[in-house]
Amino acid sequence: MTAPDRARPGAGGVGDSAARPDGVRKVIGTFAYSSDLRHDDMLWGHTLRSPHAHARVLAIDTADARAVPGVAAVLTHADLPAATHYGLEITDQPVLAADRVRHHGEPVALVAADHPETARRAAALVRVTYEELPVVHDEATATAPGAPVLHPDRTDAYAARVPHPNVLHRQPVRRGDTAAAAPTADVVVTGDYEIGMQDQAPLGPESGLAVPADDGGIDLYVATQWLHADQRQLAPVLGLPPEKVRITLAGVGGAFGAREDLSVQAHACLLALSTGRPVKMVYNREESFLGHVHRHPARLHYEHGALRDGTLVYVRARIVLDGGAYASSSPAVVGNAASLAIGPYRVPHADIEALALYTNNPPCGAMRGFGAVQACFAYESQMDRLADALGLHPVDVRVRNAVDRGDTMPTGQVIDAPAPAAELLRTVRDRPLPPERPWEPTAPGAAPDLRALPGGLSNTTHGEDVVRGVGYAIGIKNAAYSEGFDDYATARVRLELDGGAPVATVRSAAAEVGQGNVTVQAQVARTELGVTRVVLPPPDTTLGSAGSSSASRQTYMTGGAVRQACAAVRDEVLRIGRERHGWPGGALRLSGGRVLDAAGTPVGTLADVLRDGPVERETVFRHRPTEPFDPVTGQGNGHVQYALCAHRAVVEVDTALGLVKVVELAAAQDVGRAVNPLAVTGQIHGGALQGLGLAVMEEILVGPDGRARNPSFTDYLIPTVLDTPVMPVDILERPDPHAPYGLRGAGEPPTLSSTPAVVAAVRDATGLALRRVPVRPDHLVADRLGTAPED
Amino acid sequence: MRVSLTVNGRPRTADGVWPGESLLFVLRERLGLPGSKNACEQGECGSCTVRLDGDLVCACLVAAGQAEGAEVTTVEGLAGPGGDLTPVQRAFLDTGAVQCGFCTPGLIVAAEALVAADLHPSDGDIREALSGNLCRCTGYEAVLAAVRLAAARTAREATAGAETDAR
Repeated sequence: MTAPDRARPGAGGVGDSAARPDGVRKVIGTFAYSSDLRHDDMLWGHTLRSPHAHARVLAIDTADARAVPGVAAVLTHADLPAATHYGLEITDQPVLAADRVRHHGEPVALVAADHPETARRAAALVRVTYEELPVVHDEATATAPGAPVLHPDRTDAYAARVPHPNVLHRQPVRRGDTAAAAPTADVVVTGDYEIGMQDQAPLGPESGLAVPADDGGIDLYVATQWLHADQRQLAPVLGLPPEKVRITLAGVGGAFGAREDLSVQAHACLLALSTGRPVKMVYNREESFLGHVHRHPARLHYEHGALRDGTLVYVRARIVLDGGAYASSSPAVVGNAASLAIGPYRVPHADIEALALYTNNPPCGAMRGFGAVQACFAYESQMDRLADALGLHPVDVRVRNAVDRGDTMPTGQVIDAPAPAAELLRTVRDRPLPPERPWEPTAPGAAPDLRALPGGLSNTTHGEDVVRGVGYAIGIKNAAYSEGFDDYATARVRLELDGGAPVATVRSAAAEVGQGNVTVQAQVARTELGVTRVVLPPPDTTLGSAGSSSASRQTYMTGGAVRQACAAVRDEVLRIGRERHGWPGGALRLSGGRVLDAAGTPVGTLADVLRDGPVERETVFRHRPTEPFDPVTGQGNGHVQYALCAHRAVVEVDTALGLVKVVELAAAQDVGRAVNPLAVTGQIHGGALQGLGLAVMEEILVGPDGRARNPSFTDYLIPTVLDTPVMPVDILERPDPHAPYGLRGAGEPPTLSSTPAVVAAVRDATGLALRRVPVRPDHLVADRLGTAPED
Repeated sequence: MRVSLTVNGRPRTADGVWPGESLLFVLRERLGLPGSKNACEQGECGSCTVRLDGDLVCACLVAAGQAEGAEVTTVEGLAGPGGDLTPVQRAFLDTGAVQCGFCTPGLIVAAEALVAADLHPSDGDIREALSGNLCRCTGYEAVLAAVRLAAARTAREATAGAETDAR
């Protein structure tokens, strides 16, 4: 199918572009985001952060801050009631710095006051005495003899596997015999690539409201991606049993990975418990940039060997990810980068190493695409170099090696579901190209439309030095949690009568972060139970975990859990109907509140059964198990599911000024089953634009001093609608036999391929090699990191 | 200090306003109108777009005192008294232009102004009019579709209204 352009009227079941249940509140302004929450008697919390990337903390004096009228509390590490550290995978991150800060922006002290400005001013009066330490900022400074060891007391599971204590995790993947195969290649291309630090930049700032409870516990209302992971990390920090740390999802203004780690959670709760009053914390944009993890910057070295016809013989790859000061989810990012390092291509011989470093740079963790983005830019750049070296069309060299069902990944995992890489590439290639020189006037005497030119209304060119280029790319992404993680989702479904009509209440702890999981849960319930009305109470921790709203897993996992719970409710309804109301045996289905037999003849109604009371079931859904990767060979069935997206980018480049305008970015993606076509299309558009941002504008600039230099929307550029190309979408539906409804995780794949496609198009236009993203004007005109094509 | 202004047609007063507060803070925290959003608070993202005496402004860049005596329209003031959505609001829902929705109030206030001024905007016109509003979820394609749809529906209704008047 091609993408729908608006919601279709329908029953609102699986496959319909059903409307969002929160949509009306969002367009009239009454939907409550976490930063909109209020409480009588509430205080405002503020965080004091380190101005240094690496320093010893010699003393903290809070007397002046405490003396400010309106200040209710000033907390430092000395005031922590219980555990002093937290972390998603490794408990290495201080709640508040004690004797050492390891990155610019690390939290040092907290203030609660009656006005946000009072809290800010008081925090500025906390006197911290620092002694600056040498900054570890890249692989060389991290592993040099005598380099400062950032976590000298490591006891995590990866410590024994790494060559240096500043290496956080390392994962090799070895398949075949690369050394023996290398001499048989007719052509070899090598390349070094670099990726800057991208930020998720969700529009909603980190925020939450912590309310102390009478039982000594805490009620936290917060924007997060995984309520139960927050609870698991918070309870030890607050010194409370988990059941006294009750978390409710507040409205989330986007996530993209930025909300996987704790931000305001611990700090707001500590201030609330300390003062006995509700505390609201809202980051401003600068603090948001300093207060959440980013996408790992990366340096990658690749070597591809191929036969003259383009068939890949071997690939060597080394991927170095900068994890920053704390572990966050870096181990899993390394696993993804290693296992997906060569892309959706058949390669008999592979020798891959991926690692993440501890440095004094800002901590990095989850962002849409999660380790696969970095690898994709490198392997797709390599495929273009190979095409150049062999005189082949870039799509042809890819199609020659493209995986499909039955092929083997370098981890040894056999792809046992459709993986139509070649079809996706051909689909984007065969689309008609957009018209040339779109800025030229259509009527005689009319002015050119500057908005269609690179530089736009800045009036920098009338097209004199503008050249067009076309580029292609494809990426492969795993869905759900990998490497043996016990990944599950819980759902509870109740079916009852309300005013004589059946209504389904669907409960889960799945975070709605904008992607539309609430819509999908309602669609599943309508489909499985044949009802129209579905109610979704706010997610909280009184129900079992739904896992994270990340890794393209929530439609699969919570959708699967809701489907399973609905099936249990349906079975019970049918059992009661047969026992008490004489419904026949055999296959019965529910539709429109009625019970139909195989021929479609009504045999009863839901109301027959529900008049006696509600029917409720709770279930836990798991995807099929995965295995850890072998620490030496990287072999193992590590992933649940693979998803593919391909892009074709058309760009125009002003070669005199180094300005790029992306004219069109066409996508083709296999989603297995489009549970909500309009929402899937929205994911493809949004994901592609984030990849475009990485290609040409988005980077947190971090100096050798480890400080972020552009933490604002003035200086960190995310695409505006004027930077956005036309984005046609082709959706393929090749069902995955192992997944609910055959669906395939859809949110992340478009973020992989759009970056290399745009850069390939700029290369096509300019002839430059372009080994670093984001591509900047000086790469295009000053021949620096652009480097000549033969480089 | 005290600030008195008219918000969405109603006279409102806020007391105890610290002179450094923005109009956005007063709307959100003192007048209970959190529809205008606080994404960057430096005039870069457009999430707090409101109309101030008819002009589109970022409420975060307006000092509270500057709004003294002014007429302000926020997203909360657009739908009809019975909760009837405007054509722009309906179109945002129909095209999937709402995902997380944090940018939505600002985009809708800006799009209303565009549709009120031009029922036949080109794509370039729409892009230019909305270029001050950042969205991180949708990729803007659905937003563009929403504005096209709202303009077309409004134009159709205007034509139908004119025909009815002529009869």
